[in-house]
Amino acid sequence: MGDLGSAVLAAIALIRDGDPAMLGILGLSLRVSLTALGIAALVGLPLGALLAVARFPGRHALVIGLNALMGLPPVVAGLLIYLLLSRSGPLGRFGLLFTPTAMVIAQAALIAPILAALSRGVLEALWEEYADQLRSFGAGPWRAVPTLLWDGRFALLTVLLAGFGRAAAEVGAVMVVGGNIEGFTRTMTTAIALETSKGDLPLALALGLVLMAIVLGVNMLAQALREAAGRGGA
Amino acid sequence: MLPIRAEAVDYAAGGVPILRGVTLTLEAGPPCLIIGPNGAGKSVLLRLLHGLLRPAAGRITPAAAIRGAMVFQRPVLLRRSVLGNLRYPLALAGLGREEQARRAAAALDRVGLAALAHRPARRLSGGEQQRLALARAAALAPDVLFLDEPCASLDPAATRAVEAIIAGIAAEGCKIVMTTHDLGQARRLAGEVVFLNRGRVVEQSPAAAFFAGPASAEAAAFLRGELLW
Repeated sequence: MGDLGSAVLAAIALIRDGDPAMLGILGLSLRVSLTALGIAALVGLPLGALLAVARFPGRHALVIGLNALMGLPPVVAGLLIYLLLSRSGPLGRFGLLFTPTAMVIAQAALIAPILAALSRGVLEALWEEYADQLRSFGAGPWRAVPTLLWDGRFALLTVLLAGFGRAAAEVGAVMVVGGNIEGFTRTMTTAIALETSKGDLPLALALGLVLMAIVLGVNMLAQALREAAGRGGA
Repeated sequence: MLPIRAEAVDYAAGGVPILRGVTLTLEAGPPCLIIGPNGAGKSVLLRLLHGLLRPAAGRITPAAAIRGAMVFQRPVLLRRSVLGNLRYPLALAGLGREEQARRAAAALDRVGLAALAHRPARRLSGGEQQRLALARAAALAPDVLFLDEPCASLDPAATRAVEAIIAGIAAEGCKIVMTTHDLGQARRLAGEVVFLNRGRVVEQSPAAAFFAGPASAEAAAFLRGELLW
């Protein structure tokens, strides 16, 4: 108990003093997860919108596949990207393995299916409501995609926050393709895993507290957005 | 777009026949009210004429993807401002920004919503929402406007406002084709009546003649307030 108590105090001190090592790790984590989120959104949201409006052979299988990929273990996503980026892999000549770029790619691959699957659900409900009216205006499914993305913007923000939460909190993918190199590819989650196994509980706890605060903040924001959207959808 | 002709149109949903052998012609002129009991197929007929549904048999001419404009029973408003809702179909129709702004402003004035132009459309009252939906359809300047029970869920004051707007649109030469289950409303608005029962057009008559003495026993019974089956 004494160990835990002193570890908590030390962790709070690290946060209060803005420990440079901790801030570096925090900054890298946010940069990697936000960049991954941006890339995944560019792919996942339009894909989700297309799946919401388009009817084509194989659509059902694709939807099931995406829903299944939502449960993809991060460490498996990391392994697949590792195989792609490793020196003998198809993208090996770019030398990206064990760089922040590799971590961005792995996290983007991990959350793009999540964004696509969640946005499909949200936008399909919206399309059901809009379909007749948009057809009456002469807009077919293709033209409806940008309309749905814009009119579903509040719901889609909560989808984005869910994706960000998943990226920021995962450890497997960034560990495998980033390598947890100090000052270069060490993120909050990989640092927590390492420091805990080394026994440096204060740094692990401090990072854990920051990570929890971020995840909590993201969820509060998501909830506030849901409520704002529910009050009238602007 | 006018005249619109339906010839021997059948329509079925899930194996259940909804319309059978519907033949009618919509000419330019005063509002045409489609009346009949619930389940007669009024809404389906409107959607077929507008082009949202395809006949299972028979044909509707002119063979356009969409004929005229339509307002639904429950207005479908986009999650945008009142003005954004007005401009959306105008932009889709390829009108320039100035023309969009001009028509949107005129439409807002016509339905008395100019003060609410920047409000989120979905926070308007039910009557305001239906007036906006009407303004949005009329701003497209269609030669035929389909209205599916536009006052079904409105109180008398809102109904009165909507009816005045409909009459105004009709007075500008736009053909109104409208379903209603409210006989009083049909009497107030109709220039001609299409009486639909159990998926068939029983008669299409000038409104004055229809209400004075319908040609069919079914329509006479309907006007007396009897339940038809």
